[in-house]
Amino acid sequence: MSVDLATVKRVARLARIAVTEDEANRMVGELNGILGFVEQLSEVDVTGIEPMTSVTPMTMRKRRDEVTDGDKAADVVANAPVTDHDFFLVPKVVE
Amino acid sequence: MTELTSLTIAEAREKLTAKEFTSVELTQAYLNAIEAANQVFNAYIAVTPEKALDMAKTSDKRRAGGAAGALEGIPLGIKDLFATHDVHTQACSHILDGFKPKYESTVTQNLWDDGAVMLGKLNMDEFAMGSSNETSHYGAVVNPWKAQGSNQQLVPGGSSGGSAAAVAAHLCAAATATDTGGSIRQPGAFTGTVGIKPTYGRCSRWGTVAFASSLDQAGPIARDVRDAAIMLKSMASVDAKDTTSVDLPVPDYEAALGQSLKGMRIGIPKEYRVDGMPDEIEKLWSQGIAWLKDAGAEIVDITLPHTKYALPAYYIVAPAEASSNLARYDGVRYGLRVDGKDIADMYEKTRAAGFGTEVKRRIMIGTYVLSAGYYDAYYLQAQKVRTLIKRDFELVFDAGVDAILTPATPSSAFGIADQDLAADPVKMYLNDIFTVTVNMAGLPGIAVPAGLDAKGLPLGLQLIGKPFEEETLFKTAYVIEQAAGRFTPSKWW
Repeated sequence: MSVDLATVKRVARLARIAVTEDEANRMVGELNGILGFVEQLSEVDVTGIEPMTSVTPMTMRKRRDEVTDGDKAADVVANAPVTDHDFFLVPKVVE
Repeated sequence: MTELTSLTIAEAREKLTAKEFTSVELTQAYLNAIEAANQVFNAYIAVTPEKALDMAKTSDKRRAGGAAGALEGIPLGIKDLFATHDVHTQACSHILDGFKPKYESTVTQNLWDDGAVMLGKLNMDEFAMGSSNETSHYGAVVNPWKAQGSNQQLVPGGSSGGSAAAVAAHLCAAATATDTGGSIRQPGAFTGTVGIKPTYGRCSRWGTVAFASSLDQAGPIARDVRDAAIMLKSMASVDAKDTTSVDLPVPDYEAALGQSLKGMRIGIPKEYRVDGMPDEIEKLWSQGIAWLKDAGAEIVDITLPHTKYALPAYYIVAPAEASSNLARYDGVRYGLRVDGKDIADMYEKTRAAGFGTEVKRRIMIGTYVLSAGYYDAYYLQAQKVRTLIKRDFELVFDAGVDAILTPATPSSAFGIADQDLAADPVKMYLNDIFTVTVNMAGLPGIAVPAGLDAKGLPLGLQLIGKPFEEETLFKTAYVIEQAAGRFTPSKWW
């Protein structure tokens, strides 16, 4: 499988990365190089093989559903580019 | 008197205990070395001298009070991937511009709890995506090693290039690093240092900037096998904040050094003998086999038939996980923000300006292979192949093999801004051909320096072990180190 310019632009949109026409053109070649490289996986017979879901066989540890942390609003927003009264500010979403 | 910065952790530990010098003196010696040489190597992207001296003073007080920890007073460098409270933490990306977390990663907290001192944050490939440290927003790192008779600047490997260069140039006693596809072991091999990627789940991932969560593991880069064992003992822990961290006691890895290899079976996988591998690597490998045989180990030929599919499967799984993990960088909660005409435009502009070329490339691949219509062909197929790669190892271990010996890298360190590698991303990816299988199977792997090539550059061997049998790797690597000796670059800086 390979990608064309329209696909690259669509994927960039899905990935929320603005690309210029030049960048998109360059990515077509680079992505096709990588996709060509991974293509060889299709020759592996995977009949009856389960996809890996956990690299070490383990049951996930669970903890009690209780509050263990909090009251750190100032810490949470400390690194945000734009805030107001412990809220993150974003451009207007709803008209 | 020997230079304080030339001491290993074990040596410094002994002399600190004997009160030959204080942690403040040792820390100051490292700060002076960094001041004098960091501009040459670009290994540190943030030095924290005040914090270092404060920590050293506190450490000296603790020692005087009779409460010395396992790393008491030892100055360390920290890869920029680890969150450090109120200190520069950007994964060497522009998108985390100005980020200073209000929390500490579990791995670094473990080190501070054991008395270690932080010198600063180390350079790396952006979000750990690279094999040469050249994708860093802060520029390339220079390898302290140079080829004989050449002045060409070489890469230290990546992604933990700053960690490896700082350890090799004695700008820290040891460093933290992380390994998603080879990012501890390949830079270790390129700089004559020892690097171990422990079993997946051995070190907590909490507070470590995520790249590919099913592959990422923290580990140390150190000057010798003993120091790596000391470091891993402190870094590893079970952690309630990371559900994939494993609830097993952390052994005293140092105690494994010097144990006999008699009765051990070392597997030699034929699939690691790749086309175009330099004769020197082949020779190094044979030499390693001979050393282990001399030490009493039995050598057995083994086969890991799916080896060649590990790298292509990695370049589906890792970008897929990365595309999801890096979705959080959107200009809202931390780091860079570039304003746009609406919220989507703000996201797109922020991410376009904040991510470098290699990171964008991997996000794009990951987004594509996870997108509707392609998921089964790429991602699901890769995860099935991953099961087969892991099964290859399980069959070999079930047949009585205790550890596997392979070369660490297909070559010695290459030049900064190599034209061939810049032109073809896949060629750069091939650097991880011997290391990536270990991440795909979640196994522990150690790279130990084993010799120099004809150009006088270090080469490493890799040992791969069973899950949570890091002790086997340490004792076997120690035998190689005893036979090969240690390798230090001659000081030209």
